[in-house]
Amino acid sequence: MNISGVQGAELAAWSEPGFWRTWCTGMRRHKLATVGVLIIVLMALMSFVGPLLLKLDPTYINVLKRAAPPLVPGHLLGTDELGRDVLARLMAGGRVSLTIGFAAMLISVSIGTAVGMIAGYYRGIVGALLMRFVDAMLSFPTIFLILALALMVKPGLVSTTLLISATCWMEVARLVEGQFRSLRGAEYAAAARTCGASNLRIMMIELLPNAIGPIIIVATLNVARAILLESYVSYLGYGIQAPVASWGNMLNNAQVYLGTAPWLAIVPGIAIALTATSVNFIGDGLRNILEPRGR
Amino acid sequence: MIQYLCRRGGQSLVLLLMVSAIGFAILYMSPGGPLSQLAQSASMSQEDIDRLSRSMGLDRPFIAQYADWLLRMVRGDWGSSYRDGVGVLATIGAHIGATFMLMLVSTVLAALIGCTLGIWGAIRRHSLMDALTSIVAMVALSVPTFWFGLMAIYLFSIKLEWLPAGNQQTFGDGSFLDVVHHMIAPVLVLTLVETAVWARFMRASMIDTLEQDYIRTAKAKGVTGYAIIVSHALRNALLPMITLLGLQIPTLLGGALITETVFSWPGMGRLFFDSLEYRDYPVVMGVLMLSAVMVMLGSLIADVLYAIADPRIRMD
Repeated sequence: MNISGVQGAELAAWSEPGFWRTWCTGMRRHKLATVGVLIIVLMALMSFVGPLLLKLDPTYINVLKRAAPPLVPGHLLGTDELGRDVLARLMAGGRVSLTIGFAAMLISVSIGTAVGMIAGYYRGIVGALLMRFVDAMLSFPTIFLILALALMVKPGLVSTTLLISATCWMEVARLVEGQFRSLRGAEYAAAARTCGASNLRIMMIELLPNAIGPIIIVATLNVARAILLESYVSYLGYGIQAPVASWGNMLNNAQVYLGTAPWLAIVPGIAIALTATSVNFIGDGLRNILEPRGR
Repeated sequence: MIQYLCRRGGQSLVLLLMVSAIGFAILYMSPGGPLSQLAQSASMSQEDIDRLSRSMGLDRPFIAQYADWLLRMVRGDWGSSYRDGVGVLATIGAHIGATFMLMLVSTVLAALIGCTLGIWGAIRRHSLMDALTSIVAMVALSVPTFWFGLMAIYLFSIKLEWLPAGNQQTFGDGSFLDVVHHMIAPVLVLTLVETAVWARFMRASMIDTLEQDYIRTAKAKGVTGYAIIVSHALRNALLPMITLLGLQIPTLLGGALITETVFSWPGMGRLFFDSLEYRDYPVVMGVLMLSAVMVMLGSLIADVLYAIADPRIRMD
């Protein structure tokens, strides 16, 4: 029974004219999303492959070459207030910021989906309690909450990722809870139940795939949000700490040197802005494909 | 209506209780604590620290400390700052005006500009102006607010020397015009971000309204384009914007914290940030609670206003 059901679903997916083709044409039609994908690929290449090609040490301090402007021989983007190469730090920082962005997205979406699934499927007291907790967490402005939480942990890569995840899962939970509350009454869920499927199986195999569209969209937007939050937390001094570079903490000291070395503020800011904008455009493109009505 | 208000008020109180417990628990579980600053002083022995901790009640278990704080807060005694001994309410009172000033001015500007751009984009859908607005709005929402602040300082204070780079007033001046002069840059930054939200929301709402049946009816009746927009679509499309006013409060408060920190603006966000650095927990809790109250009041007022403006919404 179950096996044939899965086969049936697979057959349906195959007989539909080109699952990937619909996706690809949908994304291509949304030009900004295409540009977004390109920029993200470039940023990832720069951050993860770049350091292998350009062997520059992002922590090498050269006091003789402090605050050298961009295009100085040997330093394409100049040096910072300690004489460290800005391009090298941008690449190293990109690695940190992009990693945090994706890791925080994965964690926050997993927590949010789990909480939303449980609250939406079981409802009752557990569901109500969970959702009131979500409401309470959403009553704090994000920056206030993340800074207060930052007091609890030692600043670092893992703790910054966890801090960001801890403030980004609530919207996912609300979304998934709504989806599951309406989906749990669906006929195919009832059919699965009469076949003796366990609650876990109904949630994971029957309901979750039907709620996946909105989750993918919010997950994409969460990547941009996490990259932005990293920059906020690190800029305010509670995130990634020197000498490790991140796009956020490169801006940490930039305000002091705005008059003498403005590129220290401009370069990482553009990297953050480009990446976050691209991710958001991809999210927009995905929304066009997955929720064609809600434009 | 009254029944609805009572129920919503009750729900908000329960939520506030949870918010206070979460906030208090976060601070309670943070290592170091309010005495960590004093502990670094050479003249403080461990006994001094222990005695202080006991006299301040910091050695008690979580429940005792929280209950004590909660009972005092309900009676209006929000404690006093560890930093200068001034009452928390007085401290916040001294800063909240500056924050409200930023929030109010930028919200009004953002609502006006954002709604105009949004309506325009919805009417002339897929035009160059619409595409441009959409892209700029998306970019504005994807750039860190503090980076806008840095760029504003670089451009207007350092390059052009038009605007001061921070603070609320020139020392010893503080006239109305001087404050306005200092306000331009932070308001500009907050407005930019807010406008993007308003424009996107307005555009979506207007497009939604223009697809309604009554618009088609009006067109079929032969109402001209201008009259359809102004007297049929606009009034309905503006309704959901009331909720945005409430929904934007958390974002506004967060944005205020960032702009105030960049521009050394003496508001509530900056106070929160400084109090965290000093582990000034009574002030931190005060600001957290107040911002939560503002968020809840915002959504409550928005819902009530929405129901008053739109009689189709029933209060239940």
